[in-house]
Amino acid sequence: MSASISFATPKSTPRRPPPALEAGVLLWLRRNLFSSAYNTVLTVLALWALFVTIPDFIVWAFIEAVWWTDDPQACRDASGACWAVVVEKHRVMLFGTFPYEEHWRGVIAIALIVGMAIASAFKRLWSYWLFVAWLGVTAAVLVLLLGGVFGLTPTGTHQWGGLPLTLLMFVGTVVGGMPLAVFLALGRRSRLPAIKAMCVGFIEIVRGVPLITVLFMASLMFPLFMPEGVTINKFLRAQIGMILFFAAYAAEIVRGGLQAIPRGQYEAADAIGLSYWQKTNRIILPQALRIVLPALMNDIIRAFKNTTFVSIIGLFDVLGATATALEDPLWVLFALEAYTFIFVLYFVFCFSMSKYSEHVERDLSKGRNL
Amino acid sequence: MKQTAAAIAAIALIAASGTDSAVAGPTVETIQERGAVICGVNGNRAGFSALDSKGEWAGLDVDTCKAIAAAVLGDASKVQLVKTTSQTRFTALQTSEIDVLTRNVTWTLSRDAKLGIDFVAPTFYDGQGFMVHKDSGAQSIADLGGATVCVLPGSTSEKVTADVFKANGLDYTPVVIESKKELNTAFFGGRCDVHVQSTSGLSSARATVAANPDDYIILDGIFGKDPMGPVVRQGDAQWRDIVAWTVYAMMTAEELGVTSANVDEMKNSDDAETARLLGTAGELGETLGLDAEWAYRIISQVGNYGEVFDRNVGSGSPLNLSRGINALWTDGGLLYSPPFK
Repeated sequence: MSASISFATPKSTPRRPPPALEAGVLLWLRRNLFSSAYNTVLTVLALWALFVTIPDFIVWAFIEAVWWTDDPQACRDASGACWAVVVEKHRVMLFGTFPYEEHWRGVIAIALIVGMAIASAFKRLWSYWLFVAWLGVTAAVLVLLLGGVFGLTPTGTHQWGGLPLTLLMFVGTVVGGMPLAVFLALGRRSRLPAIKAMCVGFIEIVRGVPLITVLFMASLMFPLFMPEGVTINKFLRAQIGMILFFAAYAAEIVRGGLQAIPRGQYEAADAIGLSYWQKTNRIILPQALRIVLPALMNDIIRAFKNTTFVSIIGLFDVLGATATALEDPLWVLFALEAYTFIFVLYFVFCFSMSKYSEHVERDLSKGRNL
Repeated sequence: MKQTAAAIAAIALIAASGTDSAVAGPTVETIQERGAVICGVNGNRAGFSALDSKGEWAGLDVDTCKAIAAAVLGDASKVQLVKTTSQTRFTALQTSEIDVLTRNVTWTLSRDAKLGIDFVAPTFYDGQGFMVHKDSGAQSIADLGGATVCVLPGSTSEKVTADVFKANGLDYTPVVIESKKELNTAFFGGRCDVHVQSTSGLSSARATVAANPDDYIILDGIFGKDPMGPVVRQGDAQWRDIVAWTVYAMMTAEELGVTSANVDEMKNSDDAETARLLGTAGELGETLGLDAEWAYRIISQVGNYGEVFDRNVGSGSPLNLSRGINALWTDGGLLYSPPFK
């Protein structure tokens, strides 16, 4: 036998690189920016627009900008942005009418709320203790902002303002509104006619009026219906108004989730003899809330932005405080810079929330065939 | 049934824990019990009421409020200022959300008669003025034929513009812009020839927004009347008197030459009216239901009208308004306090 001759190549041939146009940056460019004539035109136009605006923007925002001065004239003389207005006015923008010497309390309150919100984002920390921690933080924030104990100067709610007010109002709205929303949604699907009618009536009435009307009623009309001499704190009234408004909208979202659960789930729960609350808590709600999470987050972000409405009832949130800070005749010209700062502030909060929601969505979808 | 009653009681208890119950009664008693005067202000009007860089209130309207607190509570800092909008201002007063409205509200018959409120003692007289660029060559209203005019929608200035141009038989093109800031930008950017606003608003816009304030002139003539001062609820005569005479005390102090700097020396003055004002003679304070030193405290803690004007809107402020019709009657202005007798 002669040695067997194999014509097969013993090793695979080295891989050849893909054609230049089908790999790496070029591929990405071709697929995403120049995939058709139409897209090519759009890309070129967009690039041209960026080319025209970006250099000017950089010159305005950074190179020619005035960062630090307490003399508005220096800002008028400069051709760039006047970020000094933010430096000059940041205390009033961030804390409104809260007493100047006590702003440190506001800083701690913000840190506590933001810190807790971040901590709550970690699934590892989700436990009974997180709930306890929230209660503790809420108490601490209220003590910090109200004062009057531990030697802190009393600061009434009428002095609250700026970012602590915005955050507190927001957290209060969501924390108070979510459970109410769930109850309203369940109530709307209840078989008990009285409960159903009440929930439908509430949701439809609140959804039928603008938030500004709800706040106006809460702050100005409500005292007329109270017995002589009894007044409920204005902040509390506004907060309750916001909670009711948020709950009415969120309830409809949750109802969407409830209706999306297949009938079989309800029937299966009934079949194994679960009570109404066991069925709701263990079978229905966890699934329903997971389904509606994106829509719910939408509403939560909107609730954050809705806090700016409190400005009409005389409380200074971040935006309201900025508007009044800019009335200062010396700095009135630099509204654009101050509002840019507020834009960045709101964006950071809202964008973090939306990113967090995406993360939770992905997390909850693990193990499901979606 | 018993359970329901218990539930209601529990809810009432919770509600009560979050409430400040106050004894119903005259405004002054309520204020003394609360320890603060609550004033409604504009909050977005530089020189009258706005927050400074520290978040503290400042302005002419704020000082009126402080003066009331100095008179009633003895401490000018015992004030709570509530921002009101033109939609909420009257409702807030009617519902006792605030004790007094110290905000730019023009005193008109229909408001005074219809709304259950009383206007007392104007602290600032305003009117509408016409501002043009110097290069336009316009010297008077008669030169403004065919001009484009920047006005706020639904404002007094819009009405006044229509009336004035009609009375002069001239045409004009209105440029209606919703926000005051945008309106200023539009005018100083050259989008319209004429800027119509309250004269105080025009002067401050010229001083603060214009690239070169000397390029703009305000034409002679003030149109429309805008007397503005504190407003109180009807039905509490004592409170109305206190607010009115607080304002008059500041005007009289200026008339008599009493300032926050010299008020202590003036206490020894031989002048009879000064003595009555400062409580060293007569019983004017007691007549109002206050103590003898009420006006002394207003002047020492807040100042006389002239000081307050200069500090907030006059020569000591960036607005740099001239006293004009807001001068004392002795200087040809409209400020005229009834006598302290």
